[in-house]
Amino acid sequence: MSIFINADSKIIVQGMTGSEGTKHTRRMLASGSKVVGGVTPGKGGQSVEIDGHNLPVFNTVGEAMAATGANVSVVFVPPKFAKAAVVDAIDAAMPLVVVITEGIPVHDSASFYAYSLTKGTTRIIGPNCPGLISPGKSNVGIIPANITGAGPIGLVSKSGTLTYQMMFELRDIGFSTAVGIGGDPVVGTTHIDCLRAFQDDPETEAIVMIGEIGGDAEERAAAFIAEYVTKPVVGYVAGFTAPEGKTMGHAGAIVSGSSGTAQGKKDALEAAGVKVGQTPSETARLLRAIMGR
Amino acid sequence: MDLYEYQARDLFEKHGVPVLPAAIATTADEAEAAAIKVGGKVVVKAQVKVGGRGKAGGVKLAVDPADAREKASAILGMDIKGHEVRTVMIAAAAPIESEYYLAILLDRSNRTFLVMASVAGGMEIEEVAHTAPEKLAKIPVDSNVGIDLARATEIIAAAKFPADVADQVASVLVKLWETFVSEDATLVEVNPLVKTSDGKIIALDGKVTLDDNAGFRHPDHEALVDQAAENALEAAAKAKNLNYVKLEGQVGIIGNGAGLVMSTLDVVAYAGEKFGGVRPANFLDIGGGASAQVMADGLSIILGDKDVKSVFVNVFGGITACDAVANGIVQALELLGAQATKPIVVRLDGNNVVEGRAILTAAAHPLVEQLDTMDGAANRAAELAAK
Repeated sequence: MSIFINADSKIIVQGMTGSEGTKHTRRMLASGSKVVGGVTPGKGGQSVEIDGHNLPVFNTVGEAMAATGANVSVVFVPPKFAKAAVVDAIDAAMPLVVVITEGIPVHDSASFYAYSLTKGTTRIIGPNCPGLISPGKSNVGIIPANITGAGPIGLVSKSGTLTYQMMFELRDIGFSTAVGIGGDPVVGTTHIDCLRAFQDDPETEAIVMIGEIGGDAEERAAAFIAEYVTKPVVGYVAGFTAPEGKTMGHAGAIVSGSSGTAQGKKDALEAAGVKVGQTPSETARLLRAIMGR
Repeated sequence: MDLYEYQARDLFEKHGVPVLPAAIATTADEAEAAAIKVGGKVVVKAQVKVGGRGKAGGVKLAVDPADAREKASAILGMDIKGHEVRTVMIAAAAPIESEYYLAILLDRSNRTFLVMASVAGGMEIEEVAHTAPEKLAKIPVDSNVGIDLARATEIIAAAKFPADVADQVASVLVKLWETFVSEDATLVEVNPLVKTSDGKIIALDGKVTLDDNAGFRHPDHEALVDQAAENALEAAAKAKNLNYVKLEGQVGIIGNGAGLVMSTLDVVAYAGEKFGGVRPANFLDIGGGASAQVMADGLSIILGDKDVKSVFVNVFGGITACDAVANGIVQALELLGAQATKPIVVRLDGNNVVEGRAILTAAAHPLVEQLDTMDGAANRAAELAAK
């Protein structure tokens, strides 16, 4: 098993005809993902040839789903048009929408997240995220497929490159699913959503949770772990050296006053019984010790 | 981006939130002229993006323009919690009868917007939240529903505003919502919102934070950036489209991806404990495609920081290939020539790592040293900075 995606996931790419969309469609196909088409308003009826795959382009997500049976959408649409793209997917009741786009105004993401709750049929992952991968089954987004293979670890992270780094550190063990939830202040899927899914996934034996400064998602996740998660969890938090009031790359990575600090998050996780590493490598070693690998 | 009080005031005025007449000044002469323009008694207020300026002596009442000149000359140049006062706002003085609090903000925890309203205004709202939480109403707002007058009236009633001001405050809340949405703000806060002795409701002081991601919708927001207050290195980095934050430390950092760079800073600070407290000098995320030019721009900014004693380039090749990064480093050092004088520790891993490391080995640049692991490289960079 895996969480949110599996070997049968049929993917459409919103923004497939753009340069990023084309590049990553090619990469997803190369890693064995079932990409079945794309959506670009105004280009419906065309098709795109990518590495021997002839992919139809549709005007709307609804049309794409009707024609292809797609059940996952991945969004590479530029910030200006991202909200309309996500709303289109929600209107079509697309079950899973993975928003890779960085730089979406938070009023737009708050709006489409609220809309997804109103409709109740779409899970959004991201925005500003690398997507998710279940090695050997499906790869939705931009996570490199060649870092590691399938295995018993579940990973959830706000950061793309720290996801890659941690997959690399634990490449000999492998992953059920690795989910990059994104570094924006409002994201569709939280650490808690992933922790719950990993706890309920029989293939996942242990969980790595990576957080960073800003907000209180990690503190909430710690409370959830104490209450619900029985599988071993190790944690890592980035941003101990971040000064107050400065945005550190990710729009959501900011310490405001005394809230959102790395130390506060580490303390909360440790109070919930989670071992927290001082560096990514140490975090990997903590997991190895727990798993006996 | 956080705005100064006077910028917040101007945005409020633009959207019909009631404010007092005011003008800004950067010299005592200008302050006197501003006081003449505003007329009557005025308040001279230091413009700094930090709380507690009243206690620090940054807010003074002036009885006439000559007094305003005197007060301004005392306040201009003051240091308030590390912020130099370069501008004062001269605002009309108002006879205050009551002080309230009203704000709309992004509530990250609940992934929605939130109105906070209180009849206990004028003090730090965190303090109200702590000592008298029953006096602070917190009401979520659905982004797709918003706040019309009917909703605002409900909110103001829930916050127990007195009947004689409720209508006026509700109308202010609707205008604040318009400000919040149409300016793409993540915070609009009025503290205090006052009732004057003649019964008028006025936003006396305000804080606004704008969403940097929404800049494409607001070309006018660029003018609100205070270039003079920006660190020179940060300004230079911004001009090159680099994501850079200056810190106090000795190890210059270049990495890819915000999370990995934050982690790199921490790992360097951790390693630096063994070397007399060596710290990272900056945050710099060169993003996915590390071209030679981007690498050269990044190195150039970092080597321009006189505090930097060593540089740590930490790249995990995900989409980026390590050979491209290695070529970037080699070409960047060629571009920089004699400008490059500090030791550079490089750790490459991931996509095409073998090729990448081979390129750096073959180039054999005297300043460049490669290490295999992030922790080992951080340790070495800290050691070099301590020498």
